Amino acid sequence: MTVSATATATIPPGRYRLVHVMRSEWTKLRSVRSVRWVLAAMVAGTVALGVTDCLVESSSWASMTAASRARFDPANISLAGLAFAPLAAGIAGVLVMSGEYGSGLIRSTLAAVPRRRLLLAAKAAVLTAVTLVLGEAAVFASFLAGQAVLAGRAPHATLAQPGALRAVALSGAYLALLALLGLGLGAAIRRSAGAVAAYAGLVLVLPYVLLALPGNPARFAPETMLASSVAAVRPQPHYLPPGWEGLALMAVYAAAALAAGGWLLSRRDA
Amino acid sequence: MIEACGLVKRYGSTVAVDGLSFTVRAGVVTGFLGPNGSGKSTTMRLLLGLDAADAGDAKVNGRRYADLPWPLREVGSMLEARSFHPGRSARDHLLALARANDIPGKRVGKVLDLVGLAGVAGKRAGTFSLGMGQRLGIATALLGDPGLLVLDEPANGLDPEGIVWLRALVRSLAAEGRGVLISSHLIGEMALTADQVVVIGQGKLIAETSVAELSARTAGRRVLVRSPDPGELAGALDSAGARVEHSPDGSLLVEGMTTESVAGLAAARGIAVHELTPQAASLEEAYMELTRASAQYRPGVQPGHGDRTRAGMKGTRP
Repeated sequence: MTVSATATATIPPGRYRLVHVMRSEWTKLRSVRSVRWVLAAMVAGTVALGVTDCLVESSSWASMTAASRARFDPANISLAGLAFAPLAAGIAGVLVMSGEYGSGLIRSTLAAVPRRRLLLAAKAAVLTAVTLVLGEAAVFASFLAGQAVLAGRAPHATLAQPGALRAVALSGAYLALLALLGLGLGAAIRRSAGAVAAYAGLVLVLPYVLLALPGNPARFAPETMLASSVAAVRPQPHYLPPGWEGLALMAVYAAAALAAGGWLLSRRDA
Repeated sequence: MIEACGLVKRYGSTVAVDGLSFTVRAGVVTGFLGPNGSGKSTTMRLLLGLDAADAGDAKVNGRRYADLPWPLREVGSMLEARSFHPGRSARDHLLALARANDIPGKRVGKVLDLVGLAGVAGKRAGTFSLGMGQRLGIATALLGDPGLLVLDEPANGLDPEGIVWLRALVRSLAAEGRGVLISSHLIGEMALTADQVVVIGQGKLIAETSVAELSARTAGRRVLVRSPDPGELAGALDSAGARVEHSPDGSLLVEGMTTESVAGLAAARGIAVHELTPQAASLEEAYMELTRASAQYRPGVQPGHGDRTRAGMKGTRP
């Protein structure tokens, strides 16, 4: 029984780098069903909800008041799936890290990649790439399908209209940032259930809590920034203006979660 | 070479590893022995940097594990079984780890063949039996064709055939010049596999020695004598100061005298002797004697056999 081809194994020069760990993480991401399903649900759910909302809104256009018609934002309506997509994006992000702890894979992973911040960076890079592509695919498909439903029955938008392309494209990118928030929480909390609960609390529950407070701090909550600012073409009262501000603030949140997760990951026993 | 130097690990007020130092050399199988809960697994986690030591350090080929340029190519490890995601196939599991250290993909097929999992390479690892999971762990350890291996209880869950296979594998790894650290709570298995042993108890080093030396320590302490007249011989030996124990089969176990002096005494008294054999204490006995004081978990009441062993081992402590 000979274990190696040559009696003395040769070790190549250099050392493992981010690109190697990214390849490893890409292999992991594509080879587990749970994450694939969650990401597929993100895309399908976004499109399905967006189209449904467009059907509902187009049938009620005829009976709308003038004030409602003035606020009518066809681009935003076709992105109604962004009420659901953040949950899927975040869970995918959480699972990328917590799945390692839940199964014990983390021991094998850290044996191969003992530089833990590099590991988290590689996970973040691969997750960003995947969720960015799928997020953009989801929002563009949702926008185009939704506008096709609205067309003829109510005002509809095109990507050529001012603000529309920005709203759609930034919404897809926002989903990638939400996935990174999930990754950071997964690294900090390690247990899938706990990390998903924390994420859902931050993204889905916190806005309702903040709404009760004076000054509408809810406009800075991840989910409300997405639905009411980033994905909007017309400004919504009491929310951040449509544009980059919401995306920038969300990037700060994601960076903070990753920094906390990375700090804990590198300090704690695995 | 792996060098542990003064390793200390505390969990709260519990000291799991307490100033432990030992060496694992190339081409040598080092058995890592100790009772359950003695700190073997924790020590291995410290060696691999999974847990941070509170004091002391562990060096792999002169570096901290975290500083190895290609960890899997230098140290292959298997800590607990099931260090894989249940939803991923054995092949993808190995492929993902191979990528991280730029190990060619064809190595994956080779290690799967080597551990006998080639036929189930595409199946989700969560469907594997304990023994198959263990084999996947061994495949993971061999993935980078490393010069050093750290294996925590690799025989757990293997069937007898698997245990024989593992023994041959570990021996061949050492024969190829690799250093192997292999933990077990079963010294019998280690006696067949290891060259050196590191024995710990309650996180402290009890002995770092060769298997041969461990056996020799306890060899020749007792003499078995078979005589047609055991009663008279026992009386003679007793009055000469030896401790004599009657075995159920009529033979005598004599402690405190060499074979020569027993033979001389019998000849002087004209007592016939049919058998006269120096008794090596089994490795189990030697090991139990070494670790008795530090065994953390053991039944409160020792069965009769244990008592006999204890009596028989008196005075054998080096």
